[in-house]
Amino acid sequence: MRDSLRQLVLTRYREFVREPEALFWALLFPILLSVGLGLAFRNRRAEVLHVAVVGAPPTTQKTLEALGLSNGIAAEGLDTSAARLALRTGRVALIVHAVDTGTVRYEFDDTRPDARAARLLADDAIQRGAGRADPVAIGEQQVREPGSRYIDFVVPGLLGLGLMGNGVWIIGFAIVDARKKRLLKRFMATPMSRVEYLGSFLISRFVLLVLEVLLLVVFAALAFDVPLRGSLWLLVVICSLGAISFCCLGLLVAARPRTIEGANGLMNLAMVPMWILSGVFFSAENFPVAIQPFIQALPLTAVNDALRANMLRGAGFDVVGPELAILLAWGIVSFVIALKVFRWR
Amino acid sequence: MTQTALALRGLHKSYGKIHAVTALDLTVTAGECFGLLGPNGAGKTTTIEICEGLLEPDSGEVEVLGMRWSTHAHQLREQLGIQLQETQLSEKLTVTETVRLFRSFYRSGPPVEEVVALVQLEEKRAARVGTLSGGQKQRLAVACAIVGDPRLLFLDEPTTGLDPQSRRQLWDLIGRFRAEGRTVVLTTHYMDEAEHLCDRVAIVDHGRVIALDTPRALISSLGAEHVVGFTLEEGSNSADEQALRALDGVSAVRREDEAFELTTTELRRTMPALLALAERSGLRVAVLRTHSATLEDVFVALTGRHLRDA
Repeated sequence: MRDSLRQLVLTRYREFVREPEALFWALLFPILLSVGLGLAFRNRRAEVLHVAVVGAPPTTQKTLEALGLSNGIAAEGLDTSAARLALRTGRVALIVHAVDTGTVRYEFDDTRPDARAARLLADDAIQRGAGRADPVAIGEQQVREPGSRYIDFVVPGLLGLGLMGNGVWIIGFAIVDARKKRLLKRFMATPMSRVEYLGSFLISRFVLLVLEVLLLVVFAALAFDVPLRGSLWLLVVICSLGAISFCCLGLLVAARPRTIEGANGLMNLAMVPMWILSGVFFSAENFPVAIQPFIQALPLTAVNDALRANMLRGAGFDVVGPELAILLAWGIVSFVIALKVFRWR
Repeated sequence: MTQTALALRGLHKSYGKIHAVTALDLTVTAGECFGLLGPNGAGKTTTIEICEGLLEPDSGEVEVLGMRWSTHAHQLREQLGIQLQETQLSEKLTVTETVRLFRSFYRSGPPVEEVVALVQLEEKRAARVGTLSGGQKQRLAVACAIVGDPRLLFLDEPTTGLDPQSRRQLWDLIGRFRAEGRTVVLTTHYMDEAEHLCDRVAIVDHGRVIALDTPRALISSLGAEHVVGFTLEEGSNSADEQALRALDGVSAVRREDEAFELTTTELRRTMPALLALAERSGLRVAVLRTHSATLEDVFVALTGRHLRDA
């Protein structure tokens, strides 16, 4: 590497690590977000529905025994007024009136989904307890495996969000700040190569990139068991290409503005649509079909889709090829335009 | 044979309706220290930035070290040293790191440590730029300007806003650079700076050169006035203003407590007369000094305004 390029990269790196706050937020923010979302949307155990049984002791006892066979229900015997109070306050979802042997009456609020579920489960248990034989044999298989939970969906999204934010913000602000302080103009008065100057931003981006991706992926794997099913090499390629692409977008955003405020407006213009449309927190497929081609062409959508395909479904190059092509196109087009319109003074 | 370091012919530059530079001609000889002296807004910075290749003139010719910006931009950048007004170097880098960064842009130049030592920042070499004083920052800016071993050095208001000691240190630095036979072009609105540093001075006002010569010749064009100042010891007999005014060559007397200033056109006749008067009247002179009229007076004579409030 030429000494000038090495010095420029070192400068980028020093300026960055000597701003501890920026480093802290760039690295920790995605992790804090994943903790918050992971806790909010964590998978609870299947809920147990509470049921009250009212009636004369012998019939009540028999009903309670029958209900005890269902593992979705916790039943208790109460007198009528206590049972009504429990129903009103939501402590039980259903009252079973054991009228006499062979007759029960259900009391519940049919607008409550849990009440309707309790009614079905209780009825099923009572009928079986009374000797009903099911004509169709059934088997159950429960699906709770990693890879299809919300946290699994959101971690690749946060990874993509970080690639975009750190690329656009860090590069955009550094360049506009240098322009505002006339440092860019001072550099122009030296024989410094302009391509090396802009290139130093792309190269130095990798120092942070390694840290930010590694931290979030390892944290998500350890804390939430988020899977990494695809090839790690492909993950590296997706992250690198994504980072470069967003850096070039950052260069483009920072190509003209003379003030931080001006740059901030442009950055929001570039990033807010992607925060909303590109499927970070919920699937981009929720948006109307008519705007899907636009959404699919956004770089953040491409990164998120590629990361999810790689991490959750173990997809290979053949599957994520189109996404990588989109990222490459964004990077090249942004860089070329940035270089053309760049305000060096 | 003298070589031309810088030649400007018929330079024009406007910003909208404001004519920053109008029909400006200048020639700077290799090895001299050339000053552009003028008030703020006179067009000094515009002129120097055109020379530095940072601004394009609307019309006119610019030849720097025998080359033109349109054809030899890269070679010129290799051979010019530049300090800009208002550049803020990165505050998070240290002194050495900053100089090393600038050094890496040039094909040749002195070692980084040597440059840091030259601008007397050795003790601060590991300090962050953000912690430096104004004078230290300015010396660092000069270090970044000379790190490529330039043949021609442009300094835009190098000492503006500095305390007297820092100014003095920068003057020494510029003087040493000049002594090595290199060319310096600087702008300033301090007339004492121009007088002290420059071989020749162009006085610039409203985008044109209104006078150009050596500082001494510019001042003598006024009619060669000198100032003699003296202060009396405590307990000395007091001086008689009438007698002072009557001395040979004296045109005016100004008194402030026991400090006197005589303005004279003939210093070599006034001085013996003054000393003789002191002998006769028992004046015990504590401090005696003379100085020539300054470029400030030249500017006042040419424009009717003072530099600092122009």
